[in-house]
Amino acid sequence: MKRKKKNQEIIIEDISNTAPDLVSGEPVGFETSEKSERISTNTAPDLVSGDDNIVIDMKHIIKRYFIGQPNELEVLHGVDMQVRRGEFVAIVGQSGSGKSTLMNVIGALDRPTEGEYTLDGVDMFNAKDKDLSAIRCKKIGFVFQTYNLVARTSALKNVELPMLYAGLSGRARSRKAKELLEMVDMTERMHHQPDELSGGQKQRVAIARAMANDPAIILADEPTGALDSHTGRLIMDIFHRLHEEQGKTIILITHSPELASECTRILTLKDGLFIDEKKGSGRNAVL
Amino acid sequence: MLFFENLLLAFSSLLTNKMRSLLTMLGIIIGIGSVIAIVTVGNALTNSITSEMSDMGANNIVIGVQQRETEDEVDESGKRYGGKINARDMTDNDLIKKEYIEELLAAFPEEIKGISIESVLGTAKVEKGRNYANVRITGVTPGYFMANNIKMQYGNELSDKAYMEGKSVCLVSDHFVNNMYDGDSSKAIGRDIEIEMSGGRKYFVFTIVGVYKYESQGFDMTATKDVTTPVYIPIKNAIKKNHAKGFPSITIITAKGVDSDDFAFRVKNFMNRYYHNNRQYTISTFSLAQMVESMTTMLGTVSTAISIVAAISLVVGGIGVMNIMLVSISERTREIGTRKALGATNGSIRTQFIMEAIVLCLVGGILGILVGLAGGAAGAKALGYEASPTASSIIAALIFSMVVGVFFGYYPANKAAKMNPIDALRYE
Repeated sequence: MKRKKKNQEIIIEDISNTAPDLVSGEPVGFETSEKSERISTNTAPDLVSGDDNIVIDMKHIIKRYFIGQPNELEVLHGVDMQVRRGEFVAIVGQSGSGKSTLMNVIGALDRPTEGEYTLDGVDMFNAKDKDLSAIRCKKIGFVFQTYNLVARTSALKNVELPMLYAGLSGRARSRKAKELLEMVDMTERMHHQPDELSGGQKQRVAIARAMANDPAIILADEPTGALDSHTGRLIMDIFHRLHEEQGKTIILITHSPELASECTRILTLKDGLFIDEKKGSGRNAVL
Repeated sequence: MLFFENLLLAFSSLLTNKMRSLLTMLGIIIGIGSVIAIVTVGNALTNSITSEMSDMGANNIVIGVQQRETEDEVDESGKRYGGKINARDMTDNDLIKKEYIEELLAAFPEEIKGISIESVLGTAKVEKGRNYANVRITGVTPGYFMANNIKMQYGNELSDKAYMEGKSVCLVSDHFVNNMYDGDSSKAIGRDIEIEMSGGRKYFVFTIVGVYKYESQGFDMTATKDVTTPVYIPIKNAIKKNHAKGFPSITIITAKGVDSDDFAFRVKNFMNRYYHNNRQYTISTFSLAQMVESMTTMLGTVSTAISIVAAISLVVGGIGVMNIMLVSISERTREIGTRKALGATNGSIRTQFIMEAIVLCLVGGILGILVGLAGGAAGAKALGYEASPTASSIIAALIFSMVVGVFFGYYPANKAAKMNPIDALRYE
């Protein structure tokens, strides 16, 4: 609540100033939100153009399960998707639409059966298991609906985990983890274990953890699904801040149209295909 | 780096389920503990045997009268009779007679350095005022002290003259002096001790000439004050009183450079000339070297047998570790999924869980070593020996418990490593 208020104040202040200081690179609310607005207007019309700014490039992704068995099941029927750097994309769809499968493919937890998928310049289709681990470690930050913090491990250690797997030294890990926890306002509770934290606090730690290795994308699967609306709001604000202030590429998987509408682009998945794509109104609409 | 993290992780997960960890480790603790205890006691025994042997300096050969190994007799009805069952009791005629010994000494003057014979007169309680001491009056030859490594503490040994004439002089133990003369040996010398035996029908008097150091025989369970210690008198004097016609066994001390095994065989052949016509009894010889050898072989067999039992308990313990690791992995499926999503490779998951199994086994192993050392020390003390644990057995135990950890931790760890992250994340 406190954070949100502060943001509002900054924005109001900036509007009154109307002199965006683009050169200094200071993360000021208004300035970055304008930047994200600009990017979103760029991406929306033309999806096909080849661009270095494309983080996720999926072409005709098909995912089948139980291949060769009588109960063979095709969940994704040829999904095309491109996400540019700095986008905040929402993927919506009802349960059974293939959201989870698509998320697993995007998150390098699973390989597509057919199709091309390039994440931040890395070909995912031919990647080995070990490569996929490295990709998950360095290029993807996961935020789960159920937080999935490692039990009996302090918030700080949880945030350090991806850096541990990335091979950072203990000191570097600890310094970065403290920075990240400060960013999500969890400094005071960094030595607490997950069972001593509330849902919203756990999710904030999880977001800090997702940011640990400066991933190319943050993949959030129903991050507010287990939270009450007020706490969910706080979590969404953190995502907006990451997007606006740090230019993070975020993919939000949700079934809530309200949350989706805050994003820069909304993709609707139904029965394993995108059936609709529209520009989001961005956070300003809500504010 | 990751090694240290894994170590911390393993310890913290161990501490989370203290009771469970302890119970799991129990198999390892018992296994390692018994191995260490057995090795400690076994070593103590071996050490004391070898030191006893070196104390004696010479190789003693025991010559004893033994029942003849007869063929089983079969009667008309086909019943089998073990020869020994029908053997008659030993009579004076079966004993080793003084003449045999003299002839033996004459036959091997070079090889035999000394001869040790004892002839027990009987046990008695010496009393004087409130003081008392239990004694066993034993007639001995001069060689007895050499063969049994008995050291003088005060006064004189029994003189040659005393042996020759069979005088009524004696050596008493320091223990006897403690009981009777408050530990003052000088007070004992020259005193007469009066001994009544067979309910007062026999009455002997001996003059104390010296005090020897009594070595406890280990297994003595009697209270220290009541311990029966020998009073040594010249054998001639003893024979005068007990009219012994011979001895069931004698010990010869071989001279330096004599192969005692070979000599024992020659002595046996020599002595058996006297027993040629004796259908029931014969002579057997036994050298100390043989005795030590057979004892160490026996000890080796016993410790091998117990080590096998211990190894089985380690395997059972290892299976326990494997079982609990499987439980732990299934409990932590989501954690494994999360770690994989955060970038853990199969290898790092495998390492994490193998490390946990190793730590479990190693902590068990260390506890086992402590238990084993305590048990071994107590066991050795109970047998009257000094405990001597070996560093090699401790190191071997540590390595072995680590191997158990790796061996029984690999399968569960590999199972965890191969989990599909999606399924693992979705696991309830």
